[in-house]
Amino acid sequence: MRKVAIYGKGGIGKSTTTQNTVAGLAELNKKVMVVGCDPKADSTRLLLGGLAQKSVLDTLREEGEDVDLEDIRRAGFNGVVCVESGGPEPGVGCAGRGIITSINLLEQLGAYADSEKLDYAFYDVLGDVVCGGFAMPIREGKAQEIYIVVSGEMMAMYAANNICKGIVKFAEAGGVRLGGLICNSRKVDNEREMIEAFADVLGTQMIHFVPRDNMVQRAEINRKTVIEFEPTHPQADEYRTLAGKIEENTMHVIPKPMHTDDLEKLLIEHGLAG
Amino acid sequence: MLLRHTPKEITDRKILTINPAKTCQPIGAMYAALGIHNCLPHSHGSQGCCAYHRSTLTRHYKEPVMAATSSFTEGASVFGGQANLVQAIDNIFTIYEPDVIAVHTTCLSETIGDDIPQIARKAEADGKIPPGKYVIHVNTPSYVGTHVTGFAGMTKAMVDYFAESAGKKINQINIIPGYVEPSDMEEIRRIAEVMGVRTVLFPDTSGVLNRPQTGKYDMFPPGGVTVEALKSTGNSQATIALGQLASGPAARALDSKCKVPCEILDLPIGLKATDRFVDTLRRTAGTDVPDTINIERGRLLDIITDMHQYFYGKKVALAGDPDQLIALTEFLVSIDMWPIHIVSGTVDKDFQARIKEITQYVPHPVNVGIPGDLFLLHQWIKNEPVDLLVGNTYMKYISRDEDIPLVRFGFPVLDRIGHGYFPTVGYRGGMRLLEKILDVLLDRQDRDAKEESFELVM
Repeated sequence: MRKVAIYGKGGIGKSTTTQNTVAGLAELNKKVMVVGCDPKADSTRLLLGGLAQKSVLDTLREEGEDVDLEDIRRAGFNGVVCVESGGPEPGVGCAGRGIITSINLLEQLGAYADSEKLDYAFYDVLGDVVCGGFAMPIREGKAQEIYIVVSGEMMAMYAANNICKGIVKFAEAGGVRLGGLICNSRKVDNEREMIEAFADVLGTQMIHFVPRDNMVQRAEINRKTVIEFEPTHPQADEYRTLAGKIEENTMHVIPKPMHTDDLEKLLIEHGLAG
Repeated sequence: MLLRHTPKEITDRKILTINPAKTCQPIGAMYAALGIHNCLPHSHGSQGCCAYHRSTLTRHYKEPVMAATSSFTEGASVFGGQANLVQAIDNIFTIYEPDVIAVHTTCLSETIGDDIPQIARKAEADGKIPPGKYVIHVNTPSYVGTHVTGFAGMTKAMVDYFAESAGKKINQINIIPGYVEPSDMEEIRRIAEVMGVRTVLFPDTSGVLNRPQTGKYDMFPPGGVTVEALKSTGNSQATIALGQLASGPAARALDSKCKVPCEILDLPIGLKATDRFVDTLRRTAGTDVPDTINIERGRLLDIITDMHQYFYGKKVALAGDPDQLIALTEFLVSIDMWPIHIVSGTVDKDFQARIKEITQYVPHPVNVGIPGDLFLLHQWIKNEPVDLLVGNTYMKYISRDEDIPLVRFGFPVLDRIGHGYFPTVGYRGGMRLLEKILDVLLDRQDRDAKEESFELVM
């Protein structure tokens, strides 16, 4: 089983990209589990066709420690196993601790056991890695492979660079590696070239350039991935391509994060300054 | 030789504490809360915190210490402790019926950011706090401050939550006794009474943590300052706060909230500090010092002069809390003893300067470690031996290894009794301290004397 964690700046399209890509892998007859690590519990909405999911932590709160695996996972599109960690409402409690609790519980319950015959486990992690809890998915023995969703916008790249700093810390101690950057296009000038250059400096690759297309939003409003909603649309093929590239990917590196000054220089070189 | 691995050679340490001369904030907060009449301390966190704090207090006072806990589980850590605390408030007022629940936080609830006033308002809105009952709070993560700051915080909370000013002063004086024993609080109140001064003493753990055996168990013992008395502190003529660290914050809060002027003094340990306390009381209340007090003072002075030869030039190592150490050092210097190694785990920015000033005429270099630990103290002792140790029970390891007599003083004393019943403040407390010091010094002299110099009369 390959364990993959998806990181990236908040609002960049991590959940959308993850679910569409997972749908692509599911079409390749891969058995995938998606673990949403966002307190909002909306990481599996498109795969499930709605927000019907009861989160791990809600279940833990209501049922106590006596939780059954079947209480917390649902089968989504093409048999994708969907789990939402959940977490406290905004402003109270500790969402980071929630992720730790939730992943520990999943392990105890055997969600990753060989008998589950999973090909992939995907962790969709909230925005920035603000505390230790949000780094739980990349601790030793958890996800070995990370993809960062990024766009040509400065703050998205800045966040991606920061995430790389976090990866370095864990990579030096354990086995976690960066698999690549996924560019979720915002139609910024020279976006493809800039992200390719950025990936190059980081020592990784831009594994795929996902063009911007309103079809994604249309599918989303219908609570579906593009692959399920419009299987023949070109955008569905983009996600299929990305899924295929991840399936074939062998480039796993320890990234070399940039100094902020160098990052800004890179942005200027690639035309952001006009 | 339990401490045989302590090396004589001192190397610089920045991030490692060995055998700390301090403990958790909530212990002080819990102790202060027990000084309110009909109050149940409540620990907002996991069970283990509460169990540890209760047991430390019980081991020191040899009394049952009642406190409740929010009993955090994994779920509470993630979702916040509001549900637990609201339920606890409901249970406590329904089952145990205290007047006050004094909530202190713990590392866990602080780190996840629980907002106690917001939760208390929620409990109130849900009708869980009966009329005339109160929930007060202090923030006490153990990774900030020490038991002394926890005590100071809870004492200040009493002012923040209760003190009211009616605009008209009443004929009474507030005394904030500091982090001292129940017996000390009793003694401070007695001195004020003998001088004819009406006082509100807060917190007041006498009658709570030094109870008589009556064969009957009271969940809430008769002692402690009442809520009514706490409310009236805002109308007092003045506040006398004893101990800068433990009592200063509450005194200043009362000054700014209710315009009650305050004087912050050292703890009245020893002759000079007690003189200042008695004189301040006299001046503030406009009374005379009665003969009873003068006689006590005279007796203390008599012991000092009678036994001066045994005190003179004796080197002492001290560990404890800054408020105590400042007063104690002054006392020891005043009887010509030489306190040469002094450590505290509680940070006090003025401590170093005060100790230097007090010990300026001690004819020996003085080591001051703040924040310091017992390991450092032990190393100093190895390099420059002393005749006497004064500090809490944890000093007994140094005492045994180095064969130096120990007078137990401060918090915690886990292996001897007396501190709950016999004060070390005031002139009588000074007499008791000298008795204890002389006992161990003279016993030592007897033990070590050659046959030809073994004295009958000392």
